[in-house]
Amino acid sequence: MSAMITAEWCPVGKDNFYRKFDIYQMNWDLKFDNVCVVAAQYGGPVAVIEDRKKHNAAQGLSKPTIFIYSASGQIISTILWNSGSIIELGWSSTEELLCVQSDGIVLSYDLFGNYKHSFSMGDEAKERKVIDAKFFNSFKGTGVVVLTSSFHFYLVNNVLEPKLRRITDMISTKEPPSSWCVLSDERKSRILVAQGKSLMLLEEMSTSAQPICADINSTHTEITGIVSSHDNQCVALFTDTGKVWLGSADLRVKYCEVDTRWRSKPDDFVWCGSEAVLVLWNGCSLMLVAKNEEHTTFAINEGMSLCQEMDGVRLLSRYKHEMLQKVPTVTQEVFRINSTEPGSFLLEASRQFQKGSHRSDEYLRLVKDKLKTAVQQCNEAAGYEFSHETQKLLLKAAQFGKSFIESSTENDKFVQMCRTLRVLNAIRDYKVGLPLTLIQFRHLRTGVFLDRLVLRKQYYLAIKIAKFLLIPEEQGESRILALWACNKVGQTHLQDDVVAREIADKLGQAPGISYTEIANKAIDANRSQLALKLMDFEPCAKRQVHLLLRLNEGKAALVKAIDSGNTDLVHIVIQHLKVHMSLSDFLYYIREFPMAQALHLKYCREHNKETWKSIYEQEDDFNSLGACSIREAYEPKNSSTMEMILNSAAEYYKKGKNENYQSLCEEHARLLRQQRAMQEKLNTSNFVGLSVNGTLKKLLLMKEQKLADKLRQEYKIPDRRYYWVKIATLGEQEDWTELERFSKAKKSPIGYEPFVDICLAHGNKKGAELYVSRVCDDMKVRYYVKLNLFAEAAKVAFEQRNSQALSYVQSKCYETHPDISDKIANMTHKLIRSSTQWVFALKEHKRHKMNNV
Amino acid sequence: MFDGGAKTIVWDEGLIGPVSLIAPYNLLKEHEVNQMFSLSEGSISSAASRKIIFLTRALPKMMDSIAEHVHSEEQKNHRREYQIIFVPRKTTLCETRLKNRGVYGNVKGAIHEWACDFFPLENDVISMEQPLAFKELLIDEDPTCIYSAAQGLSTLQDVFGPIGKVSCQGKAAKHVFDLLKRIKLEKGAPEKMTGIDHLVILDRSIDLLSPVATQLTYEGLIDELVGINHTKITLPSEKFNNGEDPGKKTIILNSSEELFSDIRDKNFSAVGDALRKRAKTIAAEYEARHGQTMQQMRQFVARLPQMNLIKQSLAVHTTIAEMIKEITDSFPFMDSLLVEQEFMNGIDTDKIHPFIEDQIGQQVDIIKVLRLICIQSITNSGLKQKVLDYYKKEIIHVYGFEHILSLSHLEKAGLIRVQQSARPFTVLRKTLRLVVQDGSESNPTDMSYVHSVYAPLTTRLVQHLIYKPGGWRAIQDVLNSLPGPTVTEEPFCDIQTLDSSKVVVVFFVGGCTMAEISALRFLVQQEEAPVELVVATTAIINGNSFTRNFMEVLNLK
Repeated sequence: MSAMITAEWCPVGKDNFYRKFDIYQMNWDLKFDNVCVVAAQYGGPVAVIEDRKKHNAAQGLSKPTIFIYSASGQIISTILWNSGSIIELGWSSTEELLCVQSDGIVLSYDLFGNYKHSFSMGDEAKERKVIDAKFFNSFKGTGVVVLTSSFHFYLVNNVLEPKLRRITDMISTKEPPSSWCVLSDERKSRILVAQGKSLMLLEEMSTSAQPICADINSTHTEITGIVSSHDNQCVALFTDTGKVWLGSADLRVKYCEVDTRWRSKPDDFVWCGSEAVLVLWNGCSLMLVAKNEEHTTFAINEGMSLCQEMDGVRLLSRYKHEMLQKVPTVTQEVFRINSTEPGSFLLEASRQFQKGSHRSDEYLRLVKDKLKTAVQQCNEAAGYEFSHETQKLLLKAAQFGKSFIESSTENDKFVQMCRTLRVLNAIRDYKVGLPLTLIQFRHLRTGVFLDRLVLRKQYYLAIKIAKFLLIPEEQGESRILALWACNKVGQTHLQDDVVAREIADKLGQAPGISYTEIANKAIDANRSQLALKLMDFEPCAKRQVHLLLRLNEGKAALVKAIDSGNTDLVHIVIQHLKVHMSLSDFLYYIREFPMAQALHLKYCREHNKETWKSIYEQEDDFNSLGACSIREAYEPKNSSTMEMILNSAAEYYKKGKNENYQSLCEEHARLLRQQRAMQEKLNTSNFVGLSVNGTLKKLLLMKEQKLADKLRQEYKIPDRRYYWVKIATLGEQEDWTELERFSKAKKSPIGYEPFVDICLAHGNKKGAELYVSRVCDDMKVRYYVKLNLFAEAAKVAFEQRNSQALSYVQSKCYETHPDISDKIANMTHKLIRSSTQWVFALKEHKRHKMNNV
Repeated sequence: MFDGGAKTIVWDEGLIGPVSLIAPYNLLKEHEVNQMFSLSEGSISSAASRKIIFLTRALPKMMDSIAEHVHSEEQKNHRREYQIIFVPRKTTLCETRLKNRGVYGNVKGAIHEWACDFFPLENDVISMEQPLAFKELLIDEDPTCIYSAAQGLSTLQDVFGPIGKVSCQGKAAKHVFDLLKRIKLEKGAPEKMTGIDHLVILDRSIDLLSPVATQLTYEGLIDELVGINHTKITLPSEKFNNGEDPGKKTIILNSSEELFSDIRDKNFSAVGDALRKRAKTIAAEYEARHGQTMQQMRQFVARLPQMNLIKQSLAVHTTIAEMIKEITDSFPFMDSLLVEQEFMNGIDTDKIHPFIEDQIGQQVDIIKVLRLICIQSITNSGLKQKVLDYYKKEIIHVYGFEHILSLSHLEKAGLIRVQQSARPFTVLRKTLRLVVQDGSESNPTDMSYVHSVYAPLTTRLVQHLIYKPGGWRAIQDVLNSLPGPTVTEEPFCDIQTLDSSKVVVVFFVGGCTMAEISALRFLVQQEEAPVELVVATTAIINGNSFTRNFMEVLNLK
């Protein structure tokens, strides 16, 4: 068995093997001598078009057809080309077919031949025509470079977001480049160009062409081929003297230079991994040149096409789809004849064990100490095999070895490898036709890999694989279902209802499902009714609202926004509606939504006072209108018309049957008028803006008793309040005689405590004593204490039989008047003896009042 | 977003306090925040670092300030990297504003959200620190805070596990719950077995009396008289060191201080005793150092730092208590409290009250007057038209016409209103025992001690829901007489309930008072069934701040 496996190997120098093996038997009906075949990387689809040059010569101007096949040779779709003449075909990293036309338009199509989008490579390309183009993997995705007939290069780094860059000119723009390729690293893309024998690097316009030299030992006159490796680290050159030169991308390091003995320009020239290049002269020779100067030639007898992969080259021909790659190190270690690696012994041990031979034990003993390495080697090597038999062989060996060691990591790795292989085998099946190697599979993230299945409409398989690989639902199943739904939406022959129901049935409320995405697709497919139906399933209000706005369903959006409670969303809808409706329609419309109206009112209050008021007018909200007017009246610019505005406020309140506020407004307007009159009459300022009380006080201070009395009458100032003001003014003027006269004029409605207080406040203790006897009984103790008349206070308290009050007095005079304090102690003693327990005054008072209720 | 070199933070002033609860200055410093500015003040051109972070709420006027700063820096040709962090969420309105102001390009791609809806004030209290929420809801009819609340509660679930069942009372509370259900549909419930057993959402509108009534707990009184801002109070420092050193002293009030956590919930009249007792034990402990064995001595020394701490906090709280006592012992405070308690007992609520008249006559602080009128209106289930009109006229005449809109807002909020035929408050007072006469203040048996006679309606409802047989179903009639819909113990997520302890979250939409928090803590301590209680609120409020938020004082400037 080992022998059979190594039979495919081809030594290239010492310890360096390359192998070529079949992936698929192809049964497409293609004649490779008059077609152009372009395969996408990562086992992607293959586009085939009749070769332009040969075709045109033979058949004139009839329109060409593009055929798209899967990697296993199944026809997927055909495109009847009816646009401009095609310069170059290529595939993007998202497996879209890209076509560069001679007028500089780049068109893209999906696998099924559906037109996706297009962009132009600029005016110059359009006018002067494109003569050459190349696609490349950039740091941003898939890029494209075109060469115009005036020998200018134009570059786009990402075909999905085309941003056209002009590349600086070559040193001479008179002659065409003899060959060129694109070098792209993590930050920028440059072009390596050969013009005759000279080489140069071109960047964006800001820098000039940068000539560089390669150390080539030949007398060549022209470099006819340049190609960069998949990782952009290495470059290969082909000269018109038939030399292949390999070196680093900056041309500073030379790996080797080999004479191929072919002078003609090769039909294809690609890197195989990053250690060797393949040179193809169609129908004649396929030569492999390795970095170590070794080379070998494969016999071929038919036309073929090469596709450069990260870890090898795929060869497409009439009957076969093959893979050429360097034999992975671990595979060499296990299978090489006379290998002494532990994996090799383990494999043999496992084989003998299955035969039931005792020699199994002997082999096992040889690797006893290195069993772990042996298991790892067999396990890993299984991953690199396409043949199920070999996979099984290696896995069995790994499993056999594993049973002698205890290592959970080995167990995990083994299970992981089994899972991976199961997936790889499933997708390599010719029906799916995705021949990924283990390295490619690991390089593509799982998400991308699932997307590729989805692109091929392999939804069921994708979901099964996502579940099998235990991918979280949001990234796996849900996402695939959503993509399925997006596709479903595009099937315009189905009824809206049917599609919506089918989608909802299948997707339900699966976590992470975004109905918005699906609905957006529906809009793209001009099915807004379907989009609306789908949006009902969307749980996220924000997305719902934004989508409804996109559909211009502002009203439905408003309902959803209000339901969500998210006021910001309501604002968004309001702003949208305002733009799309006439103001009156809008105002009329949002009446039905009190919350939206309130938010709009709040917004208008800051931004647009006119609209603010007009809404209240529309609503006949007279109270709010009144409030608006009052605020207006206080604006500085309206100081002269304040009365008028207040009267209009009163008018609004009247309409709103709010008599209280109406009279308050009218009254204030009247007050303002009178204040102005007073100012004139008394020849002072400072009246306007005062309150009724303030005005009264000012008049009293000015001794305008008559005017004060008039004011008092007109504004129905109650006696109690009048007394407060009058006493305060007299106090301020320290007019004690007048105060005394006033106190005797009539019985004070507010008692005589305020008289005491005002005297004390102005330091007139003598005056205060005048009134203290007239203070009401409840307050007497308190006021005697206030005047520091402790003996009197105690006396009153005793007479009132109030022990609480007594102790209050005592606490106040305890330090200053020890004699009185002693007396009080005496009184308290008497009181307690003569009466039952007295309760705290506050509570007593309360209870007393309660009984009255 | 806090990585990568020196940076300067420019604050929306409204966030400084709340954020300091999570990230105090020294923590920011560790993350290389070198300088801090406030959005409203002057220029940031003196900032040394290139990175400028604006930390802001999503308010249009803040966007204007940001734009001004960016423009002025550009004029000075300062090269800066800007970042805006919105707390808790950005809005399209603000982004549009930035675009209109021409600075969106400068910050595009550097706009972040810090979805911090709740700030922790205490082990058992979290707050959205949005004091204006209730006013915006009632006066502007802007339900943004409802959405934030629902988002916040949803985040709470992500942290503490799913909510088992929900009860709510009031329109805003129901609205929060409805949105919470919606969010669950969008996001799915968190997959945890245990979490919050019971979420109680209460709309402030169902109990407007508690916020305007004078709080009589220690912490409540500090809040009323000094004002607690994000657990901090500021007092003149001369009170603390015998008149030397003028200036301000900032004190942090939270449960990390053992003494404070002991007395914060007590009625103020019991605080003096508690402090005295504590002082005595400490003195005794110090005394104990004489005549001891070496080992005892060692224990004593080990305890010494802790004792010093207690001594320090004793000194601080004795000072604060003395300051408060000075006010609470004064006649104006006592008289006003007396009238308040009469109203609560239903005495003289239906006529023009001479005390209020005199207060207006003396032109005392308008907030005090308005609070009393509100209390009278609420306890009387609305005032007679004549009485209300009289009060309004008196206020306009004395304090000026510029207060007219404040009155109108108070009316819109239902804090003062005209009496309807039904008088639900009288019924509620009886059925829910809102007024308890003989509640002892120093050794209480009922939560009414927090206002000396009045038990907050909200906390009484929580008591019925959690501890009384039949829960809310037993008092359905009472709940029906409260405004808004009721939801009683509706299952929300599947969770495992543990017998050992139940987690209950009480969320107040529109704010709650310190007294209410104290009442809830008291409730949990009183009852035997183990309950772990967390209070969540839109803001901590007190009568002054609550009333002031409804004021719109016009001026002629």
